[in-house]
Amino acid sequence: MIGRIALQLAVLLIFAPLPLGVINKTKALFAGRIGPPVLQPYYDLARLWRKGFVISRTTTWVFLAGPVVGLVVPLLAALLLPFGGLPAPISFSGDLILFVYLFGLSRFFTAVAALDTGSSFEGMGAAREVTFSCLAEPTLLFALLVLARGAKSLNLGALFGPQLAGQWQGDASASLGLILVCLFVVLLVENSRIPFDDPNTHLELTMVHEVMVLDHSGPALGMVLYGATMKLMVMSALLVGIALPLRTGSLLLDLLVFLAGILSLAVLIGVVESTMARLQLPRVPQVLVGTTLLSIFALVLVLR
Amino acid sequence: MIWLLFGLLLISVSGIPGLFIDRTRGGGERLACGLVLLGTLLCSWSLLLSISEPLQSFSSNWSVPAGEFSLVLDSISLAFIAPLLLVVATGAIYGLSYWPQQENPDNGRKLRLFFGLISGAMILIFTARNSILFLIAWETMALAGYFLITTEDRKAEARQAGYIYLIATHTGTLALFGLFALLEQAAGTTAFPAVASLPLAGSSLIFLIGLFGFGMKAGLMPLHIWLPGAHAAAPSHASALLSGIMIKTGIYGLIRLTSFFAVIPAWWGWTLLVLGAVSGILGVALALAQHDIKRLLAYHSVENIGIIALGLGLALLGRSYDQPALVILGLSGCLLHVINHGLFKSLLFLSAGSMIHAVGSREIDQFGGLLKRQRWTGLFFLGGAVAICGLPPFNGFVSEWLIYLAAFQPLQQPGSALTLSLLTAPALALIGGLALACFVKVFGVSFLGEPRSKSAAQAHEAKPSMLWPMGVLLLACVWIGLLPGSLRALLERAATDWTGNPTLPPLAGDLAPLSAISLAGWVLLGLLLLFGWWLQRKCRQCRQAPGRIGTWGCGYPFPATSMQYTASSFADNLVRLFRFGLWSKRHGGQVEGLFPQDDEFSSHTPDLVLDRTLTPAFAGIAWLFHWLRRLFQNGVVAIYLLYVALTLIVLLTLLTR
Repeated sequence: MIGRIALQLAVLLIFAPLPLGVINKTKALFAGRIGPPVLQPYYDLARLWRKGFVISRTTTWVFLAGPVVGLVVPLLAALLLPFGGLPAPISFSGDLILFVYLFGLSRFFTAVAALDTGSSFEGMGAAREVTFSCLAEPTLLFALLVLARGAKSLNLGALFGPQLAGQWQGDASASLGLILVCLFVVLLVENSRIPFDDPNTHLELTMVHEVMVLDHSGPALGMVLYGATMKLMVMSALLVGIALPLRTGSLLLDLLVFLAGILSLAVLIGVVESTMARLQLPRVPQVLVGTTLLSIFALVLVLR
Repeated sequence: MIWLLFGLLLISVSGIPGLFIDRTRGGGERLACGLVLLGTLLCSWSLLLSISEPLQSFSSNWSVPAGEFSLVLDSISLAFIAPLLLVVATGAIYGLSYWPQQENPDNGRKLRLFFGLISGAMILIFTARNSILFLIAWETMALAGYFLITTEDRKAEARQAGYIYLIATHTGTLALFGLFALLEQAAGTTAFPAVASLPLAGSSLIFLIGLFGFGMKAGLMPLHIWLPGAHAAAPSHASALLSGIMIKTGIYGLIRLTSFFAVIPAWWGWTLLVLGAVSGILGVALALAQHDIKRLLAYHSVENIGIIALGLGLALLGRSYDQPALVILGLSGCLLHVINHGLFKSLLFLSAGSMIHAVGSREIDQFGGLLKRQRWTGLFFLGGAVAICGLPPFNGFVSEWLIYLAAFQPLQQPGSALTLSLLTAPALALIGGLALACFVKVFGVSFLGEPRSKSAAQAHEAKPSMLWPMGVLLLACVWIGLLPGSLRALLERAATDWTGNPTLPPLAGDLAPLSAISLAGWVLLGLLLLFGWWLQRKCRQCRQAPGRIGTWGCGYPFPATSMQYTASSFADNLVRLFRFGLWSKRHGGQVEGLFPQDDEFSSHTPDLVLDRTLTPAFAGIAWLFHWLRRLFQNGVVAIYLLYVALTLIVLLTLLTR
């Protein structure tokens, strides 16, 4: 048990910043630049860890609670998910609700920490973040319902069991495809990627997630960054688990397939970011409600 | 059981000795508080005894014509009385500093008298097993509630809220008179029928009338009209009692009423599910649009009653479709959320009271930066906010999780008519997301950032006698969140008491692994503390230059406190999304011309049912009757003579046949 938890956490902690590097490299290649090295997020984290703090005098302890919760939540959530051949170390009936609500907790504290600075820009970012996420939440629930319907179980671990391969070939493939699209949208929203948010924008007024962590510095910013990459990895694991239900039987091979899946998803995100413009802010809720409708449709398809 | 009666009596009369003490002097309040504490201790002792010996009862003859004075303490009653005792005891202590007699010579005695009376009446409601006794207790509670709401009867706002409350509660009581008359016809006695003893025939009318009467008290949308104003007007510890416990008497009534029937038609459950979802979503959407912290919390009560109704609806569906797993999960979720909401809502009202006490306003936009001045109040409010959003590791998560599990049950039986109830899960997710947005707004705007008014800058921490009660309530929230297994036996027995079926599956194993939730909660808490301590240490180590500076203002060197994001701005995105149901009013804010002048902007969201529907409708009816009266009673003697003649002719034609 302890060994499995340690292995899972090791995979998460070691590989989490890699997809971010891949995304940035893909975007650079699309733009005709060489771009930063793939390992740049690791260098950034190491550099931030050595730096000192600059903290606004307006803030209280809540300001530091944001990065802490943002780091702890993906760690715990990762333990509920299978990583390729590694089964989920913690698995019980109903853990999928815990998974969803854990991210709610991290959103609460990130948004509250943003409001702690008293900056109107950060307040604006927090308002946008909670608005978009609360519209993305029903979609996530619908997608989990579709999976739970196929697995006849409420264990997050069992949702990605061997029955998925059969479902892709059976008549449930249409709804699996639909929820894959929905979950991809949720992933883009929750991890603040284009077209919903631009992580590289340079104007505070147009940021969503970035502006919320504008005042963080040094190790706290490092924690925010690391937490964000881990969140991206965990959400990607959700998608890869559905899209690649391959089991070779060998643990190492399965893990490699899983990591390859994560990296190709990162490339896909990079492609989307390079080829799409950002949506107008008022459009974002419309897209999210549309995604919810798609996921309802997927649920109806498996329930009929 | 006799201890419970003694305790009930002590709590009910706790305010009476104070009436004989001079109104400008203290003393009566400490006496009342002592009596309440003694009473709650006696009642708790009785509850503890009932754990080893379930189904305690007490009955004696009384001079009221119908039936006998009969009380029974079963597990359903227990689940309602336990949080009540905690809220009453903490409220009484809190009231010592929040509403001291010397500062409120006009109404302090009245407040304590009715605070004790309503608490005693509610204990009686939760144990009464006779319709007449139940109605007596119900009416006592309703009237005492009116006097609590109008404590500050010099304010027009409180009088108005009390007036609406009185109309609403008596409309509900009227329905209950009808309900108990019908029940007596069906059962043949005024004593409550045994569990699962009544036949299906005629039950639908009983359920509908009961749903109206009890739903009015519970505040199910669209019957919630009295709730926001009433909870905003009452003193905070009275609001805590009204919102945390009194509205639950409606839920208790529905649970008790549905336990009488052997067969539950499926549409009962569906009705409750729809009402629950509507209350939940619209309640929280209306809460988002509020600026008054107590009105906002009151709308959250509507939301939470919606969640409770979702649980009860699922349990009823489980009985209709004969699904024991659905019954136990739904009812446990419902009852646990009743307990949880009682705890965290009282906590939130008490801490809101502490803020109002310090700042002197209920407007969220007048607060700001309070966490620096009110460290403990802020911590307690944050705990309550995390709990009410249903986030782990607090108690709100456990009950919502149980309701989610119930909602997922139909997945196990494909193709049944129950499938539609799966939609409960996304509805709950939406409610949770909106509640989170709302509490980020409240906590962020009032406790964080810079003070938004002069009085907020000079705010002070509340007295220890106000802080301790909040601390106790927060501890109770954490306890249920981290050790939900300790309530397992109570919930299982309550489900048995409700259905009369002793073979329900236990709340353990694969059905509802409470121990796993508890473990996850501990791990989460442990990791948070560990990483928090780590970061704190690292932060302290390098606390050298440049250290603390101002917030980054995007290059603007003179940020002002009024430039912070306000509560309305924060909620605006979501309020606009729900404009089809909210119809907020917006004034000003249009910039015109090349050199715009100073302008003002304000937004206001009136209640959907009360301000938008009922008030105009009743105004129309009043106008109609006014017009009719002017038409008929026009003061012309000849016309009056005509009426006399017409009446005579009508009477003659009718009577001389």
